[in-house]
Amino acid sequence: MDAIILQILNGLDKGSAYALIALGLTLIFGTLGVVNFAHGALFMIGAFVAVTLQRILSLSYEQIDPEKTDFLGNPLKVQVPYVDSWFGADVGAWLIDWSVPIAIVMAIPVMLLVGFIMERGLIKHFYKRPHADQILVTFGLAIVLQELVKYFFGANPIQTGAPDAFAGSMDFGSLLGFPPNSIMYPYWRLVYFLFAAIVIGGVFAFLQFTTFGMVVRAGMADRETVGLLGINIDKRFTLMFGLAAAVAGVAGVMYTPILAPNYHMGMDFLVLSFVVVVVGGMGSLPGAVAAGFLLGILQSFASMNEIKSLIPGIDQVIIYLVAIIILLTRPRGLMGRAGVMEE
Amino acid sequence: MSKSNFTRRGLLKTGAVTGAGLALPTIFTSGAAAFTNEPTGDTVTFGFNVPQTGPYADEGLDELRAQELAIEHLNGMGDGGMLNTFSSKVLDGTGVLGKKAAFVTGDTQTKSDAARASAKSMIEKDGVVMINGGSSSGVAVAVQGLCQEAGIIFMAGLTHSNDTTGKDRKANGFRHFFNAYMSGAALAPVLKNAYGTDRRAYHLTADYTWGWTQQESIQSATEALGWETVNNVMTPVGAGDFSSYITPVLNSGADVLILNHYGGDMINSLTQAVQFGLRDAEANGKNFEIVVPLYSELMAAGAGENIKGVYGSMNWNWQLQDEGTQAFVKSFGEKYGRPPSNSAHTCYVQTLLYADAVTRAGSFAPCAVAEALEGFEFDGLGNGPTLYRAEDHQCFKDVLVMKGAENPTTEYDTLEIVEQTPVDQVMYEPNHPMFGGDEASLGSCNDGA
Repeated sequence: MDAIILQILNGLDKGSAYALIALGLTLIFGTLGVVNFAHGALFMIGAFVAVTLQRILSLSYEQIDPEKTDFLGNPLKVQVPYVDSWFGADVGAWLIDWSVPIAIVMAIPVMLLVGFIMERGLIKHFYKRPHADQILVTFGLAIVLQELVKYFFGANPIQTGAPDAFAGSMDFGSLLGFPPNSIMYPYWRLVYFLFAAIVIGGVFAFLQFTTFGMVVRAGMADRETVGLLGINIDKRFTLMFGLAAAVAGVAGVMYTPILAPNYHMGMDFLVLSFVVVVVGGMGSLPGAVAAGFLLGILQSFASMNEIKSLIPGIDQVIIYLVAIIILLTRPRGLMGRAGVMEE
Repeated sequence: MSKSNFTRRGLLKTGAVTGAGLALPTIFTSGAAAFTNEPTGDTVTFGFNVPQTGPYADEGLDELRAQELAIEHLNGMGDGGMLNTFSSKVLDGTGVLGKKAAFVTGDTQTKSDAARASAKSMIEKDGVVMINGGSSSGVAVAVQGLCQEAGIIFMAGLTHSNDTTGKDRKANGFRHFFNAYMSGAALAPVLKNAYGTDRRAYHLTADYTWGWTQQESIQSATEALGWETVNNVMTPVGAGDFSSYITPVLNSGADVLILNHYGGDMINSLTQAVQFGLRDAEANGKNFEIVVPLYSELMAAGAGENIKGVYGSMNWNWQLQDEGTQAFVKSFGEKYGRPPSNSAHTCYVQTLLYADAVTRAGSFAPCAVAEALEGFEFDGLGNGPTLYRAEDHQCFKDVLVMKGAENPTTEYDTLEIVEQTPVDQVMYEPNHPMFGGDEASLGSCNDGA
């Protein structure tokens, strides 16, 4: 029983990341009709915003420590962060420690800008082109972005830790009456799940309860009619591209303590997130979220030793297997609407 | 009026025949070469095949730095580095056999097919006499096979799988780096002292040649101590999130987790194991422990605080105090502003060993070089007295047992040396079952051409 609860918990944080990326993918597809293969790269860029902020906060000057020597026997040059000398050692250390949550504030404008440049600079020229062209150009863009990140940050994963306050793990088992240490779950993964729930709730509330959101939804349902009513729907859709980029970006920022960022993390998530979108139903926002969590949890269960010993390699194929079964039984996905990508 | 007998067709025919006639001596000349890419000018070209892109690119970069330094030292530039401490004194800084050493580089991308393609291109287009470097056993085995067919010497870089000099050993291939069996043999006594003989181990293993042989070696070494192996779970290379593999560990009855992972996988799996509270946990009335059998400095720096107190092993470390190490660290440190990694060291040493063997053999011919390397005993290159064993082309030398440092002062001293395990303790027979048994054979040396 405790193993099952653990795998559900594991699936929740993985599912949260899938859901957040798939939500953005669906928003872009639903509004602009673009299949954006560069969306995983936006998740990766978000993660590197956190890395960048951590590096900025850790910018230091050299101080010679005459009592210690470096590997060549010269006096050791100690790096002292500027924030330590500006705000005092305690505040400086706190800022560096909390760099990941603080990076969200930086990531939102950065990602909106990246999204805007991507959409206006490149993707808008491909609205009227076939989906194959869109996939090729966005896939190419994703490769360019990841090579750029690799050029500046190197190929190795970069540890970006959670604040010390969230470093440990929670004894979830004892809350549910299990023996101590039977279900341990890192605090930060719990934070990630709650954060994802808030972001997803926020996006839905924005679309549901604001006039802007209402117009966007109307545009998604019937772009032409909304246009005929004199509303500049294109401008709003561009803003939605920015919003989707920001969602992917903050998802990436918060994921850094779970998975040390590297340049190809976006591509790893992209393929699975596309499966999530297809399983959820192309163009369906609730479908993307539900499928994200569903597939995350299924993937965790498939990694259990008991299941792997029954069907070797199942952890690698479970998502695709489920996708095939769902598409055979429900060709439009779990919550897909008629007419999407069927014209 | 005269009529010309020249026609376009006739001219082409004559041209073709004349061309073939002129080319004939060249064909004979190239056929007359005694071995593949016999150097004829005043330079000799080495091929450095390292990952310049992909997940091990940082390690590849460090290998290139070291190889470039080795070329400088061979050509008499810089302070000479380990040439001053090497027990063999035939290299005098005037190049190799009177020819200036030059190099070209290839990008393995840590993919076997890409590595073979770049090695092939260096052999065919750049005329290299040897290939050196690399950072993966899958790649090493693939390139070693190619060099054997082409008649080129392959000096392996960082490759730790038993197979490289085990079942996949080749007459033209040589490995200076240690292997998984040696890691197990060196680590076992230290683990016994630190954690006792009554332990239950759970393995997470990268699902490819290196992971398999390392797991087998560590399991065998720890079971010989009396440890029990609870489970061995294969994980896909580059899995990223290992949480679903880690969570069952605590309730499996195990009290030690052994991570047979390398590079980014090791950074992620170790970090996540610590996040899930494994290092703070207790199991079977003992503290839960984590072991990472193969360490590298770049990985250790990547894993940050999580490696504190975690045991592992290495081929060499810049903190060693012998003369050879100090000469190399000084040379490398002054040129690049950082201490060399153990993959950089092995590539540097392999370059010198090759040049030395050529000089002693008096020839670049692969079979002559191989003969000079086989059974060669040397010292002064950082690992103490070392033997290049003739039967399998594996170097035998002391192995380092390392531990994550409690209080590192810089990003370079995140690991500390716990013990220098003497070579006798990591020796094995050439026909050891983990190395292909009696069937494993080097085959015959190939001069190519």
